[in-house]
Amino acid sequence: MKELFILGVVTVFTLVTYYLVEPFAHHTLHKHVESEAFAYNDLSAITKVGDAARGEELVMGAGACTGCHSINAVGISAPMDAVSSAAAYGVNPPDLSNAGVVYDEKFLNALIKNPAHALAVEHKFDANIGEMHPMIPFYGAGGDIDQEVADMVTYLQSISVSSEDLTPAMAFENACGRCHGLKYNQWTQIGNKGSFKHKRDELSFDIQVLDYKDSLKAYMGKLPPDLSMYIRSRGEHYISTFVENPQNYFEGTSMPRVGVSADTAEKVIEYLKDAGDTKRDEREETGKYVMIYIIIFAIFSVLWKKQVWRDLH
Amino acid sequence: MANFTKATSIYDWLNQRLAIEKVEKVLGSEYWIPKNINFLWAMGMILVVTFVLLLVSGIFLLMYYQPNVDTAFDSVNFTIMREVGYGWLWRHVHGVAASVVFLIIYIHMFTGIYYGSYKKGREMIWISGMLLFVAFSAEAFSGYMLPWGQMSYWAGMVITNLFAGGSLHADGLVEWIRGDYVPAQAFLTRFFMLHVLLVPLAIIGLIGLHFGALRIPHVNNLDGEEIDFEAESKKYLAGDKAGSKVIRFSNDFMSKDMMVVGFYLVFFFYLVFYHYGFAMDPVNFDPADGLKTPAHIYPEWYFLWSYEILRPFSTDIGLMAFAFSQVIFVALPFLDRSPNAVPASRRGLFKYWFWAMLIDMIALTAMGKLPPEGAFSTIGFVAAVVFIGLWIALPIITYFEKKV
Repeated sequence: MKELFILGVVTVFTLVTYYLVEPFAHHTLHKHVESEAFAYNDLSAITKVGDAARGEELVMGAGACTGCHSINAVGISAPMDAVSSAAAYGVNPPDLSNAGVVYDEKFLNALIKNPAHALAVEHKFDANIGEMHPMIPFYGAGGDIDQEVADMVTYLQSISVSSEDLTPAMAFENACGRCHGLKYNQWTQIGNKGSFKHKRDELSFDIQVLDYKDSLKAYMGKLPPDLSMYIRSRGEHYISTFVENPQNYFEGTSMPRVGVSADTAEKVIEYLKDAGDTKRDEREETGKYVMIYIIIFAIFSVLWKKQVWRDLH
Repeated sequence: MANFTKATSIYDWLNQRLAIEKVEKVLGSEYWIPKNINFLWAMGMILVVTFVLLLVSGIFLLMYYQPNVDTAFDSVNFTIMREVGYGWLWRHVHGVAASVVFLIIYIHMFTGIYYGSYKKGREMIWISGMLLFVAFSAEAFSGYMLPWGQMSYWAGMVITNLFAGGSLHADGLVEWIRGDYVPAQAFLTRFFMLHVLLVPLAIIGLIGLHFGALRIPHVNNLDGEEIDFEAESKKYLAGDKAGSKVIRFSNDFMSKDMMVVGFYLVFFFYLVFYHYGFAMDPVNFDPADGLKTPAHIYPEWYFLWSYEILRPFSTDIGLMAFAFSQVIFVALPFLDRSPNAVPASRRGLFKYWFWAMLIDMIALTAMGKLPPEGAFSTIGFVAAVVFIGLWIALPIITYFEKKV
């Protein structure tokens, strides 16, 4: 009984120390941001019912989207390659094939009308001082602008894959991958590096990546970090709430609010786990067996002690 | 030359040449341990088991780790964590064991302090133990450099800077330690050498000394009672096992040790698989970047108390207080002037000294991690002053302690 009391004392002091240096210290050291469940409450919802056919006309025509963006799903390729696009705009404009499923509907609505506002980078791109966001706002095609934007969003949604078919890799590449590399999965800002038969081809690819990164660095102020180990260095909650609105953590950061849907964000997290925590399932599985083994070991060790000490008491 | 006869068995063959029967008696069956002990006496065996876990996991990690500033981070986080079969397991075992070993060391130390196990001929056990603590600290620090993450780099920067000695400005010494102006390739390679060769050798040697120091004064017991090991072991061997105050090291003491080890390993592997985050700081999963200082730099939890003694003072006084805190524990057997080698609960003011020291060190540990602002700064300062004050008070209160 006395031993149990001593064990209790040791345990209490250990737990108090643990509480102070872990949960309590982390709570004090790090800002806590609650998730808003990707609701984008500051943006207004689409009130009109969109028409995909009219939307297609606008996207291809008056909206002038395809002047910069590719839509590979319907066979429209980009006017320039990624490196030249980055040199022109700072970053390669995204392919719009799956924009309708990757990004939130409210966000797309706001983005088309006022990119700097939707992206939460008005501190950086202020038209009044001549700093225009590289994506030009859609000023309307002569009719009801709300209706026109609703049509365009509906069109983008109609050509996207369904959310079930959106893979974690697609989610990451669309939403994050034009600024962030992820070398543990061979991802570069201009696509998968893959393997090369000839050293020359590899070097030529690397040079393209370097050129792209130079443009990106000039555009963003610093090169956005590689995200390979972010699931371990930042954790799920931080990444999710940061993506929701980077300004909540770093006021004035040049990272835009990406505007992903809650579903896309989950897939991005899954992709990051597949990069920085690949063995999580194996860990759970192995953990179970090791715990069973070690508990059996502990039981036998108690029995052995009892047997040996029977004569000693 | 000794007379060798034809061996009757492999055992006999070996016994004639290596005296294994005698060795077994000296180290095991006739190495006498007091019976009056509790589970805290098993901490030594737990430390041996944890050290073996560190050694074995370290050997596996060493096969893939690359001590190069360009590849170190990836060799740990990509090669070992992703490519090597069960590499993640060895790394988590190594990381968790490195943290838990200090928890056990602190429990072991405070057990020794509480029961007065550093007195009356047991001074060398205490001193060799404290040398082991220093060696383990060096091992932990050098190992922390190896993944070459942000905390590796910046902890390396901060700790090596201490050697400049404040106003002494011994910058040449700092450069000599680093092999460069900042932590870089030379720094990483030498800390790699320290971590995998020199310090482990020192630890193994010191473990030998620590065990050797136990033989003459014997292990202490719950009441600090002086036992006549000669007479009691005779009683045991004559068959009066229940009446004897001593037991064999093996299997009597060993079986109890292994029971505690069994419980400990359940706790340990729970941490390895389900709660490893405390031992692997998230900041260290960002690669080292000499142009980007982390918002908060703090050591691992087991160094926090001494870090907090350094922090609340001005540079020079802080360094002196820090140096004091690093060496003062070694002097404990000589600062404790009381002849009583009994548990703290029976020792007048020392009883309060013990609990005050324990709580003060926990307070220092907690404040060492928090930013030095407002109330945290004040609490840290007070705790640091109390720490020094307690050591100054120790010889005085123990000098006037009544003999029990």
